[in-house]
Amino acid sequence: MQRLLSLIPVLIFAAVSTALGLSLSNDPRKLPSMLIDKPTPIFALASLEEGGSGLSSDDLKGRIVLLNVFASWCAGCRIEHPMLMALAENSGIPIYGVSWKDERASGARWLKANRSPYVRVGDDQSGRLGIDLGVTGVPETFVIDRTGRIRYRHAGPITDDVWQETFAPLLAELRTERP
Amino acid sequence: MEAEIGHFSLILALLTAVLQAAAPAVAMRRRDAALAGFVQQAALGQFAFVAIAFVCLTYAFVTSDFSVAVVAANSHTTKPLLYKVAGVWGNHEGSMLLWVLILSLFGAAVATSGSNLPDRLRTNALGVQGFVGLCFLAFIILTSNPFARLDPAPLDGNGLNPILQDPGLAIHPPFLYLGYVGFSMAFSFSVAALIEGKVDASWARWVRPWVLAAWCFLTIGITLGSAWAYYTLGWGGWWFWDPVENASFMPWLAGTALLHSALVVERRQALVSWTILLGILTFTLSLIGTFLVRSGVLTSVHAFAQDPARGVFILGMLVVLTGGALGLYALRMPALKYGAPFAPVSREGGLTLNNMLLSVAVATVFLGTFYPLIVDLIGNDKISVGPSYYHITFVPIMVLLLLVMAVGPVLKWKRDDFRAVLARLKGPAVASALGAIAVLLITFGRNAVAAAFMGLAAWLVAGSLAVLAHRLRLGSIALAASLRLARTTPRAFYGMVIAHAGMGLTVGGITGMSAWATEKIQMMRPGDVLQLSGFDLRFASIGDVAGPNYQAERGVFAVSRAGRPVAQLVSERRFYPVREQQTTAAGIRTNLISNLYVAIGEPNDSGGWAVRFYYHPLAPWIWLGTLTMAFGGLVSLSDRRLRVGAPQHSMRQAVLVPAE
Amino acid sequence: MKEHWMAAISRIASVIGVVLMLSAPGFAVTPDEVLQDTRLEVRARELSRTLRCLVCQNQSIDDSDAPLAHDLRVLLRERLTAGDTDAQAVGFMVARYGNFILLKPPVQADTLVLWFGPALLLMVAAIGFGRYVGRSAAAFSAETAPLKSDEQERLDVLLRARRST
Repeated sequence: MQRLLSLIPVLIFAAVSTALGLSLSNDPRKLPSMLIDKPTPIFALASLEEGGSGLSSDDLKGRIVLLNVFASWCAGCRIEHPMLMALAENSGIPIYGVSWKDERASGARWLKANRSPYVRVGDDQSGRLGIDLGVTGVPETFVIDRTGRIRYRHAGPITDDVWQETFAPLLAELRTERP
Repeated sequence: MEAEIGHFSLILALLTAVLQAAAPAVAMRRRDAALAGFVQQAALGQFAFVAIAFVCLTYAFVTSDFSVAVVAANSHTTKPLLYKVAGVWGNHEGSMLLWVLILSLFGAAVATSGSNLPDRLRTNALGVQGFVGLCFLAFIILTSNPFARLDPAPLDGNGLNPILQDPGLAIHPPFLYLGYVGFSMAFSFSVAALIEGKVDASWARWVRPWVLAAWCFLTIGITLGSAWAYYTLGWGGWWFWDPVENASFMPWLAGTALLHSALVVERRQALVSWTILLGILTFTLSLIGTFLVRSGVLTSVHAFAQDPARGVFILGMLVVLTGGALGLYALRMPALKYGAPFAPVSREGGLTLNNMLLSVAVATVFLGTFYPLIVDLIGNDKISVGPSYYHITFVPIMVLLLLVMAVGPVLKWKRDDFRAVLARLKGPAVASALGAIAVLLITFGRNAVAAAFMGLAAWLVAGSLAVLAHRLRLGSIALAASLRLARTTPRAFYGMVIAHAGMGLTVGGITGMSAWATEKIQMMRPGDVLQLSGFDLRFASIGDVAGPNYQAERGVFAVSRAGRPVAQLVSERRFYPVREQQTTAAGIRTNLISNLYVAIGEPNDSGGWAVRFYYHPLAPWIWLGTLTMAFGGLVSLSDRRLRVGAPQHSMRQAVLVPAE
Repeated sequence: MKEHWMAAISRIASVIGVVLMLSAPGFAVTPDEVLQDTRLEVRARELSRTLRCLVCQNQSIDDSDAPLAHDLRVLLRERLTAGDTDAQAVGFMVARYGNFILLKPPVQADTLVLWFGPALLLMVAAIGFGRYVGRSAAAFSAETAPLKSDEQERLDVLLRARRST
């Protein structure tokens, strides 16, 4: 009995260290999105420019699209920008932009200075759409399918690796889905 | 130049550690006493080399040698000297160097601790300590070299995080490390006992000073961290159940259990298996804490730059050290059978209960700290465990413990009479009830829970005094006789009385702060007055000041009560240009019974500033209490018996009787 | 050179949680957020204390002065003013951010061990304690039990023999 009891600590420790080891491959800051497989929240954002058409949730229906949340003050967005430009030209997937928690003028200026990869852009200065999307920082990108449901959320800049490993396979799969 | 010396010294330290770890094993096989003696030299040598490396790194920081990568990343020429030095351990690599410095310091201390320790125990313990040092030195040299260079050296560094530029926080890591690295010595002694296959009363006596020293330092270290958070973070928070705070609290809880458990081993040779297990687990918890902070597994304010590669190495160390120790425990422990039996109502019974409750408490904190990780691994859900979890689970266990805490010391060893015990506790019980009632009356019966907790605090303080009175037989013998008893009472006893009373003080402080703190937030313009809890806060002036490496907006406030001036408080909003960071320095007035706390915030467009004013009754007692506990520990440490060693049963001159 | 890049990359990674700590650790509820209705404000403060600031380390939105915390505080007050119950207001947040935003984890299938673990541990430990003390007490009373009559006789014989020498 004593023999068995004295084995308990080492067994518990084995379990704990296994859990700790597994957790090393886990990023604690990654927050799973609550909106996966849910419809995009209904919204209507004004445009960044005077007299522009802005962005609404209706614009996102009908095709597979990417929704990219960005801000002019965000360094990660600056890093992501060339990738987005390349995607806009080559991937065939339309990208829509949301300027998050930024002055309208700053957002507009930023897009003018560094060409815009977006089909349309909405101004979310208040951050309300961000909250509805569960955004905690920028950049974040959402994959929205033909029915307007959010299928994936990526937090952080999209790099080549991220695109190849995560987005490309998902988009291929979505394309084969019957609407 | 000093970086090369430091680096080389570290490598020498590693080699010495290898020798220190290997020598005892070889010595035992060859039964070579000289080789055993070599272990002590190796321990001293290891310490010397690590110390040289540490001095070199400090020199690099003080002279702002930006060719050394960590100096460039964490220091700046305009930083005040104190923070240049504190920057040595304000980063991952430097703090690891501090880790091994203290590890080897304890080893060297044991090596030179005189003739009390039996040689075999000392040799084996130093061998284990050497092995631990070997692991950490390898870790440092391979993954976290503080002497890595930058070429070309930048003209200036990145500066130290302004949050860390504070005297309290400057010395917080050294004390913390002296604490939970110090528990490595208990680990080494425990494993040495398992290697030797022998645990007796003298083992417990020899281990006690090392555990006590580590425990005192850890208590002070945690106190410093908590007090620092209180006056820096701007809203009076002092404990957040943050994973890394828990990582220092768990070894403290386990260390407390170890301390008390060792008492039973010393006196009655009982609770041996628990004590050895605690000796191993306390340091294990320290290692797990190190893992937490440096591997990126949990997010925390304290975490250094996340690096999973380092995490793998530390985990490897954990598996080797703790896995090895616990494996040895599983093998050897069943053979070590002890236990002088005791009656349930006895000091041993009380200490066993104490052990049990503290162990459950550690397990609870562990569960709360690591559970989010497990949920993350299982599925897609992500939860967070905040303070309310600990309030519901940890606090009740602590309440039970605190109730027992006053009873334990008045119990006699081996067997005591239940009714006699109750009689001894009459005083504390009455004091406790009176305290609770008094609080209820003063607060118009509004907060029964707080009154109960104040009663608990009174129970602890009065309980400690009751133990003292009981020991000195106050009242039942002449005062002179009591005083004579007082002089011959060992210091460890006074240490216990002081420490337990300190705990009561802390409970009182926590209750006061939690139950009766008040606050007011208001936009104020110079000249405005804010009223709170009978105090008037007048916003006297606002101006800009320049510090050594910051620009600040300074608000001066005058506090008065019923027209009479009480204090002048100054609060600053500081901006550090190098790191582009902002901190708030709160203005605090304490009279050691309550705190007045002012923090100035952002200005608005109409010439006002956001001002927060707090009244924190009994808050100072939180830290006064824990410092008292540490002081009690130090008093215990100064007990002569710990230096002299276990009493040798005096060789009474045997009357030689011829064998018939 | 490599160290520069690693430092740069880690800094970028932290910018992703942009509001993280670049704003001062300071304080949170600003005077302009405070609701006029004191009862609602009290509820708002209480609930804020239970909601985690998502871009901070271990702070509630009540304690944190990160911009996202400010937004959530304002939103919470709006929901309360609009008539949400406490559960509805909190549910609104959970629907967007998940259980992670709750500082007090919900009691559900995957947190049963978390919530009931400590009590279970206490019970198991108490049972173990009881048995250990019980065994010791039994051994103790065996040890200190008065001698049986034949043992007492043997002792008397021995003592008498010793006294006579």
